[in-house]
Amino acid sequence: MTSLLKTAQAGTLESSDIMITLSPGSPGSGIVIELESIVMAQYGEDIRRALQDVVAEQGYTDLYIKALDRGALDCTIRARMMTALGRAGAVLKEAML
Amino acid sequence: MKNSLGREIPEQIPGIGRVKAFAGAFNTPPNMNRQAPKVKSVRPTDNKVMNSLAEVFAKIPVTDGMTLSFHHHFRNGDGVVNMVLATAAKLGLKNLKVALSSVFPVHTPLIEYAKAGVVTALDTNYMSGPVAKAVSQGLFSTPVVMRTHGGRGRAIECGQLKIDVAFIAAPAADDYGNINGVQGPAACGSLGYAFPDAQYADYVVAVTDYIVEYPLSPVSIPQTRVDYVVKVDCVGDPKGIVSGTTRITKDPVGLKIAENAAKVIQAAGLIKDGFAFQTGAGGASLAAAAFVRKMMETDNITGSFALGGITGYMVDMLENGLFKKLMDVQGFDLEAIRSMATNPNHLEIGADFYASPYNAGCAVNKLDAVILGATEIDTDFNVNVVTGSDGFIMGGSGGHADAAAGAKVTIIVANLLRGRLPIIVDRVLTVTTPGQTIDVLVTERGIAVNPLRGELKEKLLAVGLPVKDIEELKELAERIAGVPKQVKTMDEIVAIVEYRDGTIIDVVHRVEG
Amino acid sequence: MEVKLRRSMLFIPGNNPGMLQNGGVFGADSVILDLEDAVAPTEKDAARFLVANALRTVDYGCSEKVIRINPLDTFAAEDIRIIVPCRPDAILLPKVESADDIHKALAMIAAAEEINQTPVNIIALLETPRGIMEAYGIAKAHPRVVGLALGAEDYTASLGTNRTREGTEIFTARSMLINAAAAAEIQSIDTPYTDANDEDGLLMDTKLAKQLGFNGKLSINPRQIDMIHSVFNPSSSDVDWAEQVVYAIRKAQAEGSGVASLNGKMVDLPVVNRAERILYLARLLGLIEEGKE
Repeated sequence: MTSLLKTAQAGTLESSDIMITLSPGSPGSGIVIELESIVMAQYGEDIRRALQDVVAEQGYTDLYIKALDRGALDCTIRARMMTALGRAGAVLKEAML
Repeated sequence: MKNSLGREIPEQIPGIGRVKAFAGAFNTPPNMNRQAPKVKSVRPTDNKVMNSLAEVFAKIPVTDGMTLSFHHHFRNGDGVVNMVLATAAKLGLKNLKVALSSVFPVHTPLIEYAKAGVVTALDTNYMSGPVAKAVSQGLFSTPVVMRTHGGRGRAIECGQLKIDVAFIAAPAADDYGNINGVQGPAACGSLGYAFPDAQYADYVVAVTDYIVEYPLSPVSIPQTRVDYVVKVDCVGDPKGIVSGTTRITKDPVGLKIAENAAKVIQAAGLIKDGFAFQTGAGGASLAAAAFVRKMMETDNITGSFALGGITGYMVDMLENGLFKKLMDVQGFDLEAIRSMATNPNHLEIGADFYASPYNAGCAVNKLDAVILGATEIDTDFNVNVVTGSDGFIMGGSGGHADAAAGAKVTIIVANLLRGRLPIIVDRVLTVTTPGQTIDVLVTERGIAVNPLRGELKEKLLAVGLPVKDIEELKELAERIAGVPKQVKTMDEIVAIVEYRDGTIIDVVHRVEG
Repeated sequence: MEVKLRRSMLFIPGNNPGMLQNGGVFGADSVILDLEDAVAPTEKDAARFLVANALRTVDYGCSEKVIRINPLDTFAAEDIRIIVPCRPDAILLPKVESADDIHKALAMIAAAEEINQTPVNIIALLETPRGIMEAYGIAKAHPRVVGLALGAEDYTASLGTNRTREGTEIFTARSMLINAAAAAEIQSIDTPYTDANDEDGLLMDTKLAKQLGFNGKLSINPRQIDMIHSVFNPSSSDVDWAEQVVYAIRKAQAEGSGVASLNGKMVDLPVVNRAERILYLARLLGLIEEGKE
């Protein structure tokens, strides 16, 4: 597992989108997710899982994810997470899309 | 006890008493007389005009535990409820019941009055804003009674909602209590929601900021039923009262749904001379009305009447000969007011005339088609318009359950996915309108027809409309969005949902927090 | 005569999740997920991932899935690398000026395709005077080129004139493009009508496009789709005429006569071809029943 280089953001606050801000966490901090969502009760767990899955698939850890969700579908959450990782300096395995 | 839709209803509700369980949309016949208020007399020398609300309170007198009623023809521009409750609070009154036909954000002070014990019970047909949220979180220890517009009229007429004092916001009044809604700075159009109260409340007080020379004309509510007239500086905010012309939605998905809704009405064979129609005032409903209009114009159809909340768009259809009459229970904009004031074919009707199931016939019974919304619909076609999928109260039947029962074809228009949330669920959180009165669901990804309407389904298929089973649409939504977790609510009941006939169709549970 | 229906091709902004997930709802013959003009330069990476995932997970129904990638001189290489394995049906290549551009793009596309992947087609968007001049060569550059489309906004800017409702300034470009596509036996697609509120203008422009010989029209607004289809669909009088032509031919054949005539006019091969094409489209659209002649 590798660590990120810098803080990065992807996505917007538009309906059906999710805004993700990614920052490197201290070594050993693992993956910390702070989530706000307009559908928290109904899909909160699904959103967290999607975020975690992408990070795990790409092989990163020790990062802090702040996510503001406006009802994004799974494919959108994953795409925004990939974008944020790329902007934070991650080397991406695109085949995992 | 379980009602006919399988919903658990307590037999006795503290603060309310025994209740009857819903047994089907047309299965509970009436079994009572109309209730009559006390007869009073006004002598030639008596003066009805009071200088203040406090004076009226003293004159009646208003005491602890009374039921005070109000109406929502001023919508979010209303000033009367807050003024009256402020007076009650100042006088140290307690345990009042407020029967307000719809609650808006402007009524937020009600929360403080509830906490202070001034108001301890609420009876309403629709709630939005902070009050709705507070009710969901247990503001009142006695459950709020939620009715339909027609049901409120019925409850007042039949004595189940006994009103001690009705405070009627009067855009224009004379010194003898004649009231209309089309004159004055706070003109709002139809006063229909106040008609039952005016007929059956023990005391009726007109609250106005515009007194004209006697006699006022036209007269919507007559002097013979109004006990006092109070002049105040300002009954409400005209900007909040009249929302301006509501706009047809520009959202392409909403437009597609609207167009399909119109095609359903056409395929059902309803667009012909004499067509009778009701639609909501929101952007998507107006869009559907626009498509229906185009079909009527193409085929040179003259409809008989349009019903319900009237907007400038409907007025335009009246003035262009597309409908012969408008029947108005609530005006939404300046055009609606102008038309009602000047056009004899634009009728003002009361809530009971509009939708009460316990009289010799209400207007919704004559509808061919009605287009309505929903927050949720289940696979039995039961519709929820009371709570959002987060469990919070954000609406109420209003005329929904009434129009659905009366119309030949009831169409629900809704996005299959609202944001990420599928609109079709296995079981709605709160039933407002029973599935047996809902015929068609139109979404952007398909149209579902109630299995009870096989012939209608055939007609839609015959013109190539994208008809699918409702279960199919539900699965499609869940494939796209994932299966949502059901919201958990607490055991405490914060509101009971009364069907138009007085039976209880569901209850609303408290939301945590 | 297998031909993909492309009466309408609807642009969907590639960086807008809400629109991407609803793109299949409007019944357009093709959806064009746009990575180019609809996406700001700083968001190209974001749009690429959104579109890639949309291709894999969103159901676009019967719509052809087309991706407008960025031009060869900017981000085309990166777009192709990420998008092609997600199996779009076609790529709309912008600012094409020569057959060479097609070959360059194709080399990258072929390299990015997975084994057993259906070859991705190309539609060339001609937006410059040189592109219009080279139209025939572009159309013939490779069998994977299935259509030529016109991008009038950039084209008129290159000419130093402005766009009008009547389209006089693009008249010749339209005809040259249609001619080149027809000569190469591929499709031609007209430029979008950009005033979303002018329904009369859209109708006029679309009727002109059909009359000139375009097979379809690009669109920037879902509200335009139904009207575009109503123009490009064979009308009932078209269908009646076509059926009469076919009847006249059959009758002539049955009578052993070499020449058929309809309403005093000779029915020769081009007329027959046009009639058959109308009937083919009508059958495809369900306007007449299969097998009914």
